[in-house]
Amino acid sequence: MTEFFRQSLSITVKDLRLEMRSKEALNASLSFALVILLLFSFAFDPSSEHTREISGGLLWLVFAFAGVLVLNRSFARELPNDCLEALVASPVSGAALFLGKALANFILLMALELLCLPVFGIFYNVNWTAQFWNLLLVLALATWGLTVIGTTFSALTVNLRLRELMLPVLVYPMMIPALMAAMELTTHLIAGQPLSADLWLWLRLLIGFDIIFTALALALIEVVLVS
Amino acid sequence: MNVVTANGLWKFFGDYPALRDINFEVESGACHAVLGRNGAGKTTLLRILAGLSKATRGDVRILGGDIRHPDTRRRIGILGHGIAIYDELSAIENLRLFARLYGLPHPDRSAQEWLELTGLKHVSDGLVREFSRGMRQRLAIARAFIHTPDVLLLDEPFTALDDRAMAVLQNLLRRELNRGCTVLMSTHQIREAMELATHAVLINRGRLAYAGLRTAEMLSDPNWLYKNYGDS
Repeated sequence: MTEFFRQSLSITVKDLRLEMRSKEALNASLSFALVILLLFSFAFDPSSEHTREISGGLLWLVFAFAGVLVLNRSFARELPNDCLEALVASPVSGAALFLGKALANFILLMALELLCLPVFGIFYNVNWTAQFWNLLLVLALATWGLTVIGTTFSALTVNLRLRELMLPVLVYPMMIPALMAAMELTTHLIAGQPLSADLWLWLRLLIGFDIIFTALALALIEVVLVS
Repeated sequence: MNVVTANGLWKFFGDYPALRDINFEVESGACHAVLGRNGAGKTTLLRILAGLSKATRGDVRILGGDIRHPDTRRRIGILGHGIAIYDELSAIENLRLFARLYGLPHPDRSAQEWLELTGLKHVSDGLVREFSRGMRQRLAIARAFIHTPDVLLLDEPFTALDDRAMAVLQNLLRRELNRGCTVLMSTHQIREAMELATHAVLINRGRLAYAGLRTAEMLSDPNWLYKNYGDS
């Protein structure tokens, strides 16, 4: 078990190091997220109550669109020099490889989201810090869901020529339950409301989504990688 | 003891049979040169043996175990068509990564040793993207050998090597064979391969045409096997 986590951690560190050196996914996704936030702010009146009601939805649309740019690179960065083959041929299990990559993606996506939040607060005139720790919990849970689904499909589509197109087509429908929960929770938390009994239902949905899809991904990834 | 056993291997790409009923065994410490024209099925065979592809039919055992089992993979070294090293990492970071993935007790020391052995010590902190082709190839050799494997699967290892990388590879292969390592290498560089090989395997259009000892005739005439067992 220790070896499993050590191998996963080596993959995570390697992926983060590669991304920090090339910055290709982070730069693209951050620029994209900021542009979309700016454009949405033109489309909706930031001072209206209606905009605040849909702010959670807007925010998660931005995170989902920009996040896919990060997830697309996850397995694609293994293609030059056939690095993926060396990883698959090594004693690293598919599950350890998946977990390592998912952790790296999670860290990158969380960084992206935390960088976007202040910009969102300014553009939409909202105080997103009122329920900061609860908001952070929701961000982490929903981002893990997005990461798990995205990393799995990134492995599945890595050898497709149209993988940049295929990944969002596959990921977004699968993400609907988690995105619905994240949007609902985020909207209320940004409005400064604490986690009520109704919101706990959505939070439980997020937790359940994460557990089910993490277990499924860990069980199936070996088949995906070898076939 | 047989280190590699292939029983009735078939591989189809669509309707096309890339491998047709391949049966052969490799004894411990042997060096098999796998020969064949382009498209004969050499790479497909090595990919199946390496666990990178699944045979449509048939069974492969390596070191008596399932190739996809981590304990089996830990004892296999693979050098494929791609160099399988990261351009944005330094030479030492690449080797340290693979040393860790293979569970070596001292990743940093192993990485340093292999940089020394492949003559890359002076560029250990340089990013691979800044390396020449020959340096990248030597690093790929170090990556494949770093965990002292019991079985080496090499897919056209001599192709496009510069003279220095060629010498490094030949010396290391001799060293590994002396240690008792079993080697399977597909190649078009017959002369270089035959100097090291104890056995030869010839594949013609997915079929095994010859599998046996490397004879003196094969060493003196690199085309002997094609002339006597190859299809026209």
